[in-house]
Order: sequence, then C-alpha cells, then structure tokens
Amino acid sequence: MPLPLAFIWSEFAQQVTGGLAAGAIYASLALALVLIYQTTNVVNFAQGEMATFTTYIAWTMMKHGVSYWPAFVLTLLIAFGGGVAVERVLIRPVEHRPEIVIVILTIGMLITINGLTGWIWGAEVKAFDSPFPNRSLVLGNVSISIQDIGTFGVCLGTVAVLWLFFRFTTLGLAMRSVAFNPDASRLMGVRVGWMLALGWGLAAALGSVAGMMAAPTVFLDPDMMLVVLIYAFAAAVLGGIDSPVGAVVGGLLLGVVINLLGSYVSFVGQELRLPTALAVLLLVLVIRPTGLFGRVVVQRV
Amino acid sequence: MSTLLELRGVEARYGPIKALHGVSLTVSEGEIVALLGANGAGKTTTLRAVSGTVRHSGGEVVFAGKQLVSGRPDAVARAGIAHVPEGRGLFAQLSVWENLRMGAYVRGERRTLRQEAPRVCQYFPWLERRRDQQAGTLSGGEQQMLALARALVGRPRLLMLDEPSLGLAPTIVQEIFRIVKQCNADDGLAVLVVEQNANVALDAAARAYVLEVGQVAIEGESAELRRHEGIRKSYLGY
Ligand SMILES: Nc1ncnc2c1ncn2[C@@H]1O[C@H](COP(=O)(O)OP(=O)(O)OP(=O)(O)O)[C@@H](O)[C@H]1O
Ligand SMILES: [Mg+2]
Repeated sequence: MPLPLAFIWSEFAQQVTGGLAAGAIYASLALALVLIYQTTNVVNFAQGEMATFTTYIAWTMMKHGVSYWPAFVLTLLIAFGGGVAVERVLIRPVEHRPEIVIVILTIGMLITINGLTGWIWGAEVKAFDSPFPNRSLVLGNVSISIQDIGTFGVCLGTVAVLWLFFRFTTLGLAMRSVAFNPDASRLMGVRVGWMLALGWGLAAALGSVAGMMAAPTVFLDPDMMLVVLIYAFAAAVLGGIDSPVGAVVGGLLLGVVINLLGSYVSFVGQELRLPTALAVLLLVLVIRPTGLFGRVVVQRV
Repeated sequence: MSTLLELRGVEARYGPIKALHGVSLTVSEGEIVALLGANGAGKTTTLRAVSGTVRHSGGEVVFAGKQLVSGRPDAVARAGIAHVPEGRGLFAQLSVWENLRMGAYVRGERRTLRQEAPRVCQYFPWLERRRDQQAGTLSGGEQQMLALARALVGRPRLLMLDEPSLGLAPTIVQEIFRIVKQCNADDGLAVLVVEQNANVALDAAARAYVLEVGQVAIEGESAELRRHEGIRKSYLGY
C-alpha cells in the first residue's frame, strides 16, 4: 500500500527540515555560548538578550526604510562592536574574580538588557520580516518550506565562515591559542585581552544572526530568545560545552528530536517540548557527563 | 660587544615571599650566558622577570637600550625576546605546525613563517613530516625541540631557555645545545640559559652566573667557573 507510506514519509521529511531550521538557530546561539566559554570561561546568560536587543536594532533600521540584507549586515557589525564593548567594560574588571561573581554579572546583564529592550521598544509583540519567500519547494510529494531552507543556510553559512576564520586566519589561530593557553600566548606576543574581546564580539554577532533568523517565526518581543537560550544551553551541554562542533551538532540534533517527538509522540505535543528537551539532556549527561563531543584532552607531561 | 640585556638590582616577589633580592646581570649581543643555581635559587623567576610573566617589584630590566615594562609579556616578546618557559608552554591541542605559526605570530605570522620555517626545519627536519600531529602527543624530547623551533621561528634577538635538558636523554640534550650554539654562531643569537646540568651549560656558554637565594653569588667566564672549587663540588660533581 504505497499511498499511506508516501504520505508518512513526506510528513516525516517536513518535520525533519523544520527541526533542522530551528536546530540551526539553537546551534548558532549554542556556538556563541561555547565561543565565550572557551575563551573567557564565562557562561554568558545574557547571550539571548544581547541577540534580542540587536534584532530590535535590525527591526528599527528596516522600519526606517533600510532593506533586509543591508540591515542584516549592519546589525552584525553593531552586534560585534557591542560584544567587544561588553567584554572591555563589564567583563574585564571581574576577569579574575570567582566564577559566581561573573555568573551573577551575566544574569544581571540578562535582566538589564531585557528591561532596556522593553523600555526602548515597548513590550508588545512585533512582526519581523523574513528575507525568504513564504512558499514551499515541492520535491516529489515532499514539500519543504523555503523559510526553513533559508534559515538553515544562513545559520550554518555563518558557522562555516567562523570555522574558516578560526582554521585559516592568523587572528583565528591566535584566538584558539588563547583559549587553550593564555600564558603561553602572551609569550608569543599575543595581546590576550583583545582576543577575549574579539571572542565576545564574534559571539554577539553570531547571536544576532540567531535572533534575526528566529524573529520571523517566534515574533519580536523582549522575551523572544529566552526559550531559544534554554535550548542553546541544552545543545551546548549536549555537545560538550568545550566543543564547537558539539554545539552545532547538539543544536541540530535537539531541533530535529524535539520536532519529531512533538509530532509523533502524542503526549509530548506542543506544551511538553521544553521539558522533554531537558529530560533528553539530563539522560545524555547521566550516560556521558562530558557531552557527546566533549573529550578528555590527550596530553603528555 | 655591546650590552643587549641588563638587569640592575631586580627584585621580585610571589605574594609575601621574596624570590629575587636584587639580581644584576648582563647579556651582550651574540653571547651565550648560563644561569646556574640550586633548586629554588630564583633562576626561573629571573627569566620570568625579564619576560614580564612576573612583575619585578624593584630594580630595572633594560633590553636593547630600552627599559622593559613590567608585567607585559606580549610587549616583551614583540621587543625581540623569546622565552621558552619551564614546562615549555606548548599548545598541546594545536598541531605541530600551528605551534610554529604561533612562534611566527610576533613578527607577522604568514610572512615570517614563509621566511623562517625553511631555516628552522633544517635544524629539525622531522617537523615537516609531523606537521599535523597534535603537539601534546609528541615525546618529551620532541616537545622540547618544538618549543625551541617555535622560539627560533620568531627570529628573536635574545633566546631564554629554562632547563631545556630537564628529563631528556643525554643525546637529545647534546642535540639541543648543538642547535642553540649553531644559531648563535650563524645569526649572532644571544642566549640566556638556565640549567641544572652545569656541564652542558658551561660547555655552551661563554660566561655564567650562579644564583643563591635570589642573588648572584658568583659570576665569571665558563672556564674560570669550571675551576672554582665550590661550583665543581655543587654543580659539576667532581
Ligand atoms: N608561583 C609561585 N608562588 C609562590 N612562590 C613561588 C612561585 N614560584 C616560585 N616561588 C618561590 O620562589 C623561589 C624561587 O623559585 P624559582 O622557581 O625561581 O627557582 P628555580 O631556581 O627556578 O628553582 P628550580 O631549579 O627548582 O626550578 C622559590 O623559593 C619558590 O618557592
Ligand atoms: Mg626553575
């Protein structure tokens, strides 16, 4: 009986692509978290709010007639500058303080930026344009939303650019060396403080991509990234908080699994998606405490 | 020969503990100088005070006529001093080649690597064969050689080595000192080397200083120090 089977497959494919699109957003924000954690050892709870704030900036630009892609690029630059400034002004003074001080600081930033966003732009929900047509691509009997493809492409494209940057440029190498061994990096002539600031800048830019890609579906409001941030944390921990590849794979995996559970396991539905995601996360951590990609460093003395 | 590095009454402390009580020494252009002393005498701290990885709380460090700022290792590196620290300071998770690239960073990574890597690889031909191996998986001797190669790639004016012989087989120690002497002869590289292995160090160095509890106790030409009874008994073992 080919007909029902074909129907199930198209349904399944749609859920998977939808999950990949959402997962790419989680992956971007998770990678931003990992980037900051690896270089400055700070868990940045304000990552989502920073993304929301910059997404509002993009919205304002578009409201004043700037078209989508120029506004997108300008927002990345502004986010980058903002990230650098946050590191220099707020994080640097507490760099050597106990971890709890820094955690409290980033939670304080979360609350402050959230309040600031509401104060500037108001709390009511706003629509945010998508650069992609609201149509579907039909392949056989599977139809895939172009929105999903575009979101996935933009997020993973940004991740790929970052990967190339870290892999092949001098600055990228210096940033990796700082993450691994700041003292030795200083002896190589690296200005470590600026590399940390650069890391925050890149993370903020990456976060703003996640924000702008999420906004058309979740709509623009000051709290829009809260849930995304929780998924991103889950993805980062799932992949191993010290593994950039893990963060990306973790994000994609989480997006797909949640979508599939939501549509095929009846009791999960819409409401139980977040708790289910966290349950999956806990399960993984019990079985593999370092996450899927976290590794024990090979090192001889 | 003009003076390249001069320490004048350098003091340094770790919290309440004073490790250096006024160290004065000089290294001339193109000279190899050894720094000897018992455990805890302050040899490592002396090198760290030069490279800026500890702040000096008194005295001054002058390099090529300019006073070095305390506590800015990156600036010291850019001034032309390469410090191979105790424990080597390699990037264990980066590849052999990426470590070399980091050595070239101080003078502009790409151009410097292009110019200097062939020269350095003449001394260490295995580096090119192992370029993609993770540095942390190299043997102890290979790691020490990579640390030396990485320092040489940046073409420093002064090379500071902290116990390069530590834990290595005699042949490898010989090899390392042979290369250091070669660079000294070829390019006039000045070297300040800390060693427990006084024999090897005095062979390579023209002059030496002996530190005792954070101060220079004895200094002189290597040949002269070899004849010094105290040094023979304490450091040379005959
Ligand atoms: N990080 C530190 N904190 C506190 N004290 C330190 C520190 N590093 C060194 N010291 C102290 O400073 C003094 C000098 O130490 P230093 O490492 O310079 O000696 P050294 O001559 O290099 O010894 P070794 O031959 O054992 O390497 C010692 O008394 C040591 O205990
Ligand atoms: Mg020492």
